[in-house]
Parts: sequence; C-alpha cells; structure tokens
Amino acid sequence: MLHRYPKRVAFIMLALLAIVAFYPLWGPAVFGDQSEFILEKLTLMVILALFAMSLDLLVGIVGLVSLGHALFFGLGAYTLALASPDFSPASLWWMLPLVMLVAAVAALVVGVLVIRTKGIFFIMTTLAFGQMLYYLVSTSPFTGGTDGVFIMFRPSVTLGETPLLDMSDPHTFFYLCLVLLVIGFLFLRWLTRSYYGQVLDGIHDNEHRMQALGYATHGYKLIAFVISGVLAAIAGMLAAMQYGFANPAQLGWHTSGEVLMMLILGGMGTIFGPILGAFAYEILLFVYEHLTMHWPILMGLTIIVAVLVLPRGIAGLIIAPPWQRKKTPAVEDEVAASPSVRSTTQHKEG
Amino acid sequence: MDLAFFGVQLLNGLQYGLLLFLIASGLTLIFGIMGIINLAHGAMYMIGAYLVWDLTMRLGNFWLAIVIAIPIAVALGLIIERLFLDTLYKRDHLYQVLLTFGLILVINEAQRIIWGGDVHSVAIPAPFDASLQLTDNLQYSVYRLFVMGVCLALAGGIYWVIRHTRLGIIIRAGAVNRDMVEGLGINVRTLFTLIFSVGVALAAFAGMIAAPLTSITPGMGDSILITCFVVVVIGGIGSIKGAFWGAILIGMAETFGPVLIPSLASMVIYLIMAAVLLVKPRGLFA
Amino acid sequence: MNNTFKKTILASLVSAGMMTSGLAAADEHPVKLGLMLPYSGTYTALGEAITNGLKLAIEQNDGQLGGRDVEYVQLDSEANPSKAPQNMSRLVKGDNVDFVIGPVHSGVAMGMLRVAKQSGAITIIPNAGLGAATNQLCMPNVFRTSFSMWQNSYPMGKVAYDQGHREVVTITWDYAGGKEDVAGFKEAFEAEGGEVVEEIFVPFPSTEFQSYLTQIASIDPDAVYTFFAGGGGVSFVRDYAAAGLKDSIPLLGSGFLTEGNVAALDGAGEGVQTTLHYAETLDNEQNQAFVEAYQEAYGKAPDTYAVQGYDTGAMLVQALDKVDGNTEDKEALIEALASVELQSPRGPMSFSESHHPIQNVYLREIQDGKHEVVGVAAEQLEVPDDACKM
Repeated sequence: MLHRYPKRVAFIMLALLAIVAFYPLWGPAVFGDQSEFILEKLTLMVILALFAMSLDLLVGIVGLVSLGHALFFGLGAYTLALASPDFSPASLWWMLPLVMLVAAVAALVVGVLVIRTKGIFFIMTTLAFGQMLYYLVSTSPFTGGTDGVFIMFRPSVTLGETPLLDMSDPHTFFYLCLVLLVIGFLFLRWLTRSYYGQVLDGIHDNEHRMQALGYATHGYKLIAFVISGVLAAIAGMLAAMQYGFANPAQLGWHTSGEVLMMLILGGMGTIFGPILGAFAYEILLFVYEHLTMHWPILMGLTIIVAVLVLPRGIAGLIIAPPWQRKKTPAVEDEVAASPSVRSTTQHKEG
Repeated sequence: MDLAFFGVQLLNGLQYGLLLFLIASGLTLIFGIMGIINLAHGAMYMIGAYLVWDLTMRLGNFWLAIVIAIPIAVALGLIIERLFLDTLYKRDHLYQVLLTFGLILVINEAQRIIWGGDVHSVAIPAPFDASLQLTDNLQYSVYRLFVMGVCLALAGGIYWVIRHTRLGIIIRAGAVNRDMVEGLGINVRTLFTLIFSVGVALAAFAGMIAAPLTSITPGMGDSILITCFVVVVIGGIGSIKGAFWGAILIGMAETFGPVLIPSLASMVIYLIMAAVLLVKPRGLFA
Repeated sequence: MNNTFKKTILASLVSAGMMTSGLAAADEHPVKLGLMLPYSGTYTALGEAITNGLKLAIEQNDGQLGGRDVEYVQLDSEANPSKAPQNMSRLVKGDNVDFVIGPVHSGVAMGMLRVAKQSGAITIIPNAGLGAATNQLCMPNVFRTSFSMWQNSYPMGKVAYDQGHREVVTITWDYAGGKEDVAGFKEAFEAEGGEVVEEIFVPFPSTEFQSYLTQIASIDPDAVYTFFAGGGGVSFVRDYAAAGLKDSIPLLGSGFLTEGNVAALDGAGEGVQTTLHYAETLDNEQNQAFVEAYQEAYGKAPDTYAVQGYDTGAMLVQALDKVDGNTEDKEALIEALASVELQSPRGPMSFSESHHPIQNVYLREIQDGKHEVVGVAAEQLEVPDDACKM
C-alpha cells in the first residue's frame, strides 16, 4: 500500500538520523550548559520512537487499534527491575533476551484472548488487559507497589570479564538506544515489505477476503501482536534503564493514549512516521509546559486539530506535500480512500 | 456474613450496578448506533457532577439545579458532535479514540480552570435525606433507594423506546445497517446528533444524581470510564440489555469480590471480563 | 473552526511567552527554586497550597533568600511518577536550579529521588509521606518539611488504646501510602495491647465504600481507623456517617482524611478524631500571624499543605541567611539546612539525623466545621529512621 515512498522520505530520515547521531559533536556548541540535558531528552525521544514504532505495526499496518500497548512497555521496565540483582549490574546479554521472552509470552497469552476481537472490542479489551496488569503491579508485594522500584545499576555489556561498553556514560547509552531504534526500523521495514507484510496489508484492507482466500488471519495477526509487544518491551526496558526507575504509571492507559498521539502526529502505517511523531510529541510537550500551567488544553487541542486536518500526520505531509497533491492523484486517492474502506468493514461488527 | 448482611450487600451491589448501568448506557448507545467510541464519556460524568454542584450552590436547590443542568449537558453534547465528530463517522476508530482522548485533556483542564482543584460535595436533598435502619447498627440512605428507582425507570424507559417506538425501530435498524436507514429517507445526520446528545446527557445525568453520594473531584470520571468499558464489553457493545446485566454483574462483583477474595479485589472485574471473552468474544448479549 | 483553534493557540502562546520573559528579567543571579508540584489533575489543590505557602514565607523576607532575589521555575509534575525522573532532570540539568522543591505524590518522590541520588541536587520534600525517602533511600541532599505516613498514624495507636478501644478495624486504599499509614497505627496500637481484627484494603482510587461499610457493621469493632485523602476522604467520612456508623463505632483517622476538605464534609465529619502535625486552630502566635497573612494574600484559609510550603520557605530563609546566600558550597548549605530550627505555625520543629522533621503530632476533633485541637498526641516525635544515620 504505502510501502514505496518518494525518495525524499529516505533523504529526510537519513538527514535526521545524521543530525541526531552526531549530536555529541554539535550539541555542546549549540546548547552549552544544557547540552547534557538535551542529550538526555534526545535519548528519551529515541526510546519513545521505538515504542511508537512498535505500535504502528499493530495500528497502522494491521489496523488493530490498541489502547493497552503500555502493558508491554511497562512489562519491559518491570522485567528489568525485578530481574536485576540489588548490588551489581545485570548483563545486557541475557537481560535483553529475557525481556523479549517475557514480553513474547505475555503477548501470546493476551493476544490469544484479544485477537479474535475486532475494532472497538479490540480497543476495549486491550485497555482492560492493560489495566489488569496495572493493578497487579500496583498491589503486588513484590513490585514496590504504587511507589515503584529503583534499578540501581544499568545492565552492563561485557565480553567475558572485560567490559565492552560503559553503560553509565550517557553517550554510550544514547548510541545503544539509537542502534536499537535503527535495527527496529530496518526490521519492521523488511517485515512490512515481505510476503508476511503483504498478508497483513490484505487483512487490513479486508479480512474476510483474506479468510476466503484461505489465510488463517488470526495467526497472522497474533504474530504481529507478539512482535509489536516484544519491541514495546525493549523500549520499556530502555526507558527503565535510562533513569533506573520503574513505576506502575508506565503501564497505565494514559501512557497508551500518549503513544497513540505520537502515532497520529507522525503518521501511522508508515513505520518511519511514528519516529517523527515521538520527537514532535516530546518537543510540543516541552514547549507547552514552558508556556502555561494549563498545557493539557494545548496538547488536547493539538491532537484534535491533528485528527481533523492532518490525519496522515507529518509523514503524510512528506509523502504527499499539499503543493504536490494535484500532481500525484494516485497517492491522494489512496490516502483518502483507505480509511473509508476500513470503516465499512468495521461498522458491521457492532 | 449472616443473612441480614448478605441481604444488605445484595442491595449495595444492585445500587452500584444500577448506577453503572446509567453511565454505561450512554456509552453503549453511542457506539451501537453511531459506531463512535467516546473516551470523553467519563469526563462528561464529571461535568455533570460539577454542574449540579455549582448550580446547587447558586440556586440553593438540588432539583432545580438538575433541571437546569440537563439542557446544558445536552447542549454540550450537541456542540461536541457538530464541531468534532461530524467528520469522523466514516473514519477509523483510531481517530475517534484520539479525538475523544484529546477532549478528555481539554475538558479536564477546563474543569480545573472553571471550578478549581478543591474537593466538593452536594448535600443529600430533601425529601430523601432520611435513613432506614437496616440492621442493629447499619442505616441506609433513602436517597440511594431513590437513585435505584431513577436508574430502573430510565432502564425501562430506554428499553421501551427501543422496543416500542418508531425512533426505536430506526435505532435498531441503524445499529444493524446504517445505509439501509439512510435509504428509508431518514435523516441520519439529525438522528446521530440526537443520539450523541442523549448519550452524553445520560453520562452527565448519572454524575448529577450520583453527586450527593460521592465527592466531586477533578478527574473523577477517569476511573469510572474504565469500569464502564468493562461493563459494556461484558454485556456486548451496543446492547442496552447487555449493558444492564453487565452493570449488575460488575456491581455485584465489586461488592462481593473484596469481601470474599480481598487479595484480588482490584482485579476481579478484569478477570470476569477475561473469562467472558474466552467464552463469548462478543460479550454476553451481542 | 480551525482558524479559531489557531488563534486561541497563538494568543496563549503570545501571552504565556510574555509572562515567562517577564519573570526571567528580575535579577542577574537570583536563587533558583525549582518547584515540581502538581498544577494539573487530581492533586492540583495541594500543589497550589504548597506554592502559596512557600511564596508567602519568601515574600515576608522581602522576596529574598540570603540577600539574593528569587526566581521560581514551576514545573507541573502531573502527579505522574513515570515522568518524574525526566521532569526532575529538566529542573536540575536543564534549568540548573539551586533547590528542587517537591513533590506531593509518593510515587513521584521515588522517581525524583532516583535523580537526586545521581545528581546530588538539594531536594526538599514539602509533602509526599513515603517513609523510605528519609530512611532506606537516605541521602544527605534530601530534606523533608512535611511528615511520613508513620509519624502521623503512630501516635493514634496509643490514643485509640487510651480511649478504651481494644478491637479495631482498619480501612485504607490498596496503595503504598495507605499501607504505610495503617502499619504505623497498627504498630503502636498492638504494642499497647489492642488488636487489629481486620485490615481492609480498597482498590485505589475507588470511592465506592458501601460494601466495606456493611462489612465493618457486621464485624462491629470498638473503633475504625482509616486513611483516605482528598475526595476519597470526603466520600468515606460522609458515607460512614450516612450509614449511621459514626455514633456506634467511633471513626479515627490520619489527619489527611479531612485536611483541606472540612467544608465538603457538610457536617458529616463532626466528632471525627484525627492525628496530624498541624491544625488551623492551633493556638500559638506564629499560627495566628500565618493564618491572617495567608488569608490576606490568597483570600482563603490555609491548610497543612500551605504550612508545609510555608515552612519550606522559612527553612530556606534561615539556611541561606546562615551561609550568606552562598549556594555554591553544597556541603555548608546542607549543614545549614540540617541545623534549621523553626518556630513554625505547627509548633517547634527541627530536623533529625535523617533530615526528617521532629515535630508535635496533634489530636484533632472536628467541631463546627473546624479541626479543634484536643491535645498533643505525641510531643516532638522523632521518626526512627533506622536505616539512615548521617
């Protein structure tokens, strides 16, 4: 569907990557005193970009709107918190696979229950499962309850006994996050362009047709759900690593709502869009909070305006800029037509 | 727990369930007919409570406050529908989720600007400010009985409208096939505006009559929203009958759950929901 | 319609921009106070009261600390723990504040303290009552001008026993603060020889109490001890009275049950006894002056939260006077803060080795819509922060 983008997409994304990746070179000159803080923010944006991207596979590609994606984000954070030893760093070599495994199992269990539902049912059931884990973590005696838990050491990266990377160094951690984001992006890009991705596309457009063609659509969707959950958990683990803190609020439905906002701002179904969305969201939040104590109104209005006038997000602007729309009617039609195709299939479920 | 207390708990569960039904009915109505998921439903519950508190303060009469607050709530629903939702009917649920999530942020913050962050309450109004002696040491507010009566009457009313009126036929038809209704020459546009306003007003009305029984605080609608989602999912989205029995079930679960299995108190409704979904993925009455 | 949106946003951008630039132009080297308090959401009222109290104390010192002007950097904590570390980091590294004052919420405190530990930023907690802040987490750069859950509930254990109660039911929310509070009460009450016959935990933040009240009535204990706060406290006290339990089973609680919300109780709270480190009716010179000044400045009566903010300000005034406004020498500054002794509206107050207030805890009873002081439940009570000796 939208998998062949104009050249400028690759150009813009590579330029952005270069700007972000070379931040340690130009940051101090531009931001002076505050460059360390900006690096921290940048790291957070990179982590959130991974989180938003993971949700895009579900929402943008498969067409399943989840309002419980924070479940996996928080699960990654808590897996790290609970599996880390108290007085020494864990090893990233086994922590990362562990987080992925835990998330995969959880996604499989939740997925089996929710994947049969569609549209609004899917929204509500994912929301409810998210809340279920939220309360489990909030009230369990093992998790530090509503106050949350500290992770005193960032997991280390060693080869045998020799430390390879110093994770406590903000630059090293920044590059770890950036590398994981790039890997995640390349993986999702490959996935969506593969045969499997085309089947997901088909399911998005018309699941009944795919079933009629003999595809076991539930299985395809379940796999996407698991992949999406695992990527979100990696992002959650990184978020917990950054500040050494995990809290149930990371699991709450407001977090799920926020990541959906990043998706709409960036442009869903494009994989690269959510990355832009995460950056845009955090920058907007930062600006709004500086402007007024009543910033939620500004953020709320921004989202409403985005939904009403910019439903394809920043990515939509890049793929089909307003001044080029007339020249490329094919793209325009596709953008305009696809949601209504979906809505007709969805209204029948009520 | 002896029999008397068991009876009281049944009453508690029923009363809470009926109130939940009142809030959830608007949610399920809006979805069933319009295909719109309204996250701002809980925020409207809060607005209802604040409106009635504010008006009771100004006018000194709870009942008068309700009479004035209802049209305000309907008007709010009307404005939201015309301003924001108009373009969303033919679009993905994602946009509805996001837009109404944005509305939550705006409404919650607007509440804070208008009414501030303090906790408020509304006195139980005459003539229901009496109590019944249930057991040796336990009394029950007559107002709670009144609320139950109102909820039951509204449940009956909604059921009657849907079963026995022309509007009800249109609504039922619209839930099954919107294009058909349009084909019959009915102005779906007006119907939607009407339904949305009524649905929003139901949430606000629930906030109004619950106001004397609860404390009025910022964000009070957020937690009730999630509970209502569970109710609606269990009952079957779009089904009024489902919302009713779902609400009673959750009311009972939240009443008896903490007494019988205290360790799972906060999760019991989600466990029930998971169990229902395992057996009937579309809810009990869909 | 979209144009209206744009105009609104533009208008607020412009006006807010003017406000911030106006603030920043005060002085070249002002003392920077970073306030990380809730200015949106459920806890807004608390955040505002603390801010008001703090600013009042500094205003009374000619708006200066140690002879320097003061710049406030206010950041909305949203009472959202998951954002606490990044918000704290913004204040410390982005805005380079000299002191961080916050938060209200214990979960947010955890997130902040994580960053306080790494950065060494001087942090004064004007509310959050989590015990660990000055105990297990023990940091020289962290102070508290408020209370810990334990400090307020422990004295009630003895009071309850002395009043002749032997079997008590406790009820609170199923979250960290509630559990810590009830544990303090239970510790003291059972040490005296009483028995907690049932501990009820209500899912947070539910305010649907009918089922639990029925349970309490069926147990029929000598008294009920409870911790709820904000809207939950108001709901619980009103429901308790409406269920007719108040006359047969006395209701005891942490002061936060009704603090700041007596008006909303609508008479239902009459006779309810609570313990807290402050009451607006306290009969001392400082409190009378404070209540008057606060009323005049903000047009409403102060509550405990306002006092906690006020004392935070008073603490800064005293400490910065001692170091002549030098905020560079952190060690001297910390020492000055630790040695602060205040004649606060709440009574005499000093700091323990763990940087926790040593203060009176009062037994209060609601009479005619006011917290009247019935007695001192514990005089100059020090919290035994065993894990923290500095």
